Amino acid sequence: MLPILRTVIRRDLLLAWRRRSDVATAVLFFVIVVSLFPLGIGAEPNLLRAIAPGVIWVAALLACMLSLTRMFASDHADGTLDQMLLSAAPLGMIVVARVFAHWVVSGLPLVVLSPVLALQFDLDQSLLGVLVLSLLLGTPILSLVGAIGAALTLGLRGGGFLLALLVLPLYVPVLIIGAGALDAAAAGLGPAAHFLVLAGLLVLASAFTPWAIAAALRISAE
Amino acid sequence: MLEAHDLAATRGENTLFSGLAFSLVRGALLRVSGANGSGKTSLLRALCGLLAPSAGEVRWNGENIRRLREDYATHLLYVGHADALKDDLTVAENLEVACSLAGLPVSASRATAAIEALGLGGREQLPARALSQGQRRRAVLARLAVSESLPLWILDEPFAALDAAAVERVRSLVGGHLARGGMVVLTTHQEARIDAPSATDIQLG
Repeated sequence: MLPILRTVIRRDLLLAWRRRSDVATAVLFFVIVVSLFPLGIGAEPNLLRAIAPGVIWVAALLACMLSLTRMFASDHADGTLDQMLLSAAPLGMIVVARVFAHWVVSGLPLVVLSPVLALQFDLDQSLLGVLVLSLLLGTPILSLVGAIGAALTLGLRGGGFLLALLVLPLYVPVLIIGAGALDAAAAGLGPAAHFLVLAGLLVLASAFTPWAIAAALRISAE
Repeated sequence: MLEAHDLAATRGENTLFSGLAFSLVRGALLRVSGANGSGKTSLLRALCGLLAPSAGEVRWNGENIRRLREDYATHLLYVGHADALKDDLTVAENLEVACSLAGLPVSASRATAAIEALGLGGREQLPARALSQGQRRRAVLARLAVSESLPLWILDEPFAALDAAAVERVRSLVGGHLARGGMVVLTTHQEARIDAPSATDIQLG
């Protein structure tokens, strides 16, 4: 089973590499949205510092949404999804491999870029680590939960919009806790509690979403 | 052994077929024919377990395939009418991924040999986007040449878009599989003669 999962991850990363422009779109979107706020609001350090966590997190949510629509769509259209449903490995495991590859391609770059972008908001240097860690724990949840929506809206007309309606409300707890970690750290309370809740959500999502994604994919294939 | 019991499928309001029953033993060929839209592909997808039949069940060695899931899939090669080729991967990469997904990893040399067997020698490293329709079909069917160990082949229109030479190659691969004691289910419009120890025909519609 492990060789199959390795193949799936390798395939997804290879495809992402050969279609780099698709990946770059979502990452550039993140960079541009985050950069627009300091430009629009102007140089008011206190205000910028206050909105930084929320702006970066909301931009990460939206950037994740952009890449979600592509997660299963082309595999559904060209019949590869059927082959995955008929694979020798359980569909739930294949789904985990695919979500992991999706996160590496579209979540990890956001985590890496976030401290650089946070400089535009004059975020305190001690908070940069908190920002990175909160995104590192939070973005995999976005990929896992978003994949349910991506699987449910496969093959629907206007699926992209429906996907946003389905998934964005589910992102709310992650957004509140993720951005809250920075607020708590800035207020001197320490982000530990927020990190623990995020880690708990990540464990819950990794345990249960693969079955929901697999069930949704089976329905879409019929 | 593959058995269908009282199988029925519907598309929207239409009943595509109902009360279908057959059993397929080692070395047997099942040919499904019928007009466009008569439910050939639906029947094949139901036999794979991709489509839930509206009534009846499909059994593999006596057990419902909807319960067996990947335990059934490990015995199965399904070539659908969609190519399942990734335009950005080369012919060899596509074949390696497909085989690995099916749980039968192939070495690079074996993949090359299979691609040559389908007459695509020298094109292994071309991206699938550079292939013509018939060549794409050949690239998909190269899986037949490395799937001898899978007892059940389910092929949806394997001869479509192929030229005479490729039809001949696929025919001999299918014939060889039947001679080894494999089972084959296929749909076709062409009158392709396949030598089989036992053959059943199902006419839909």
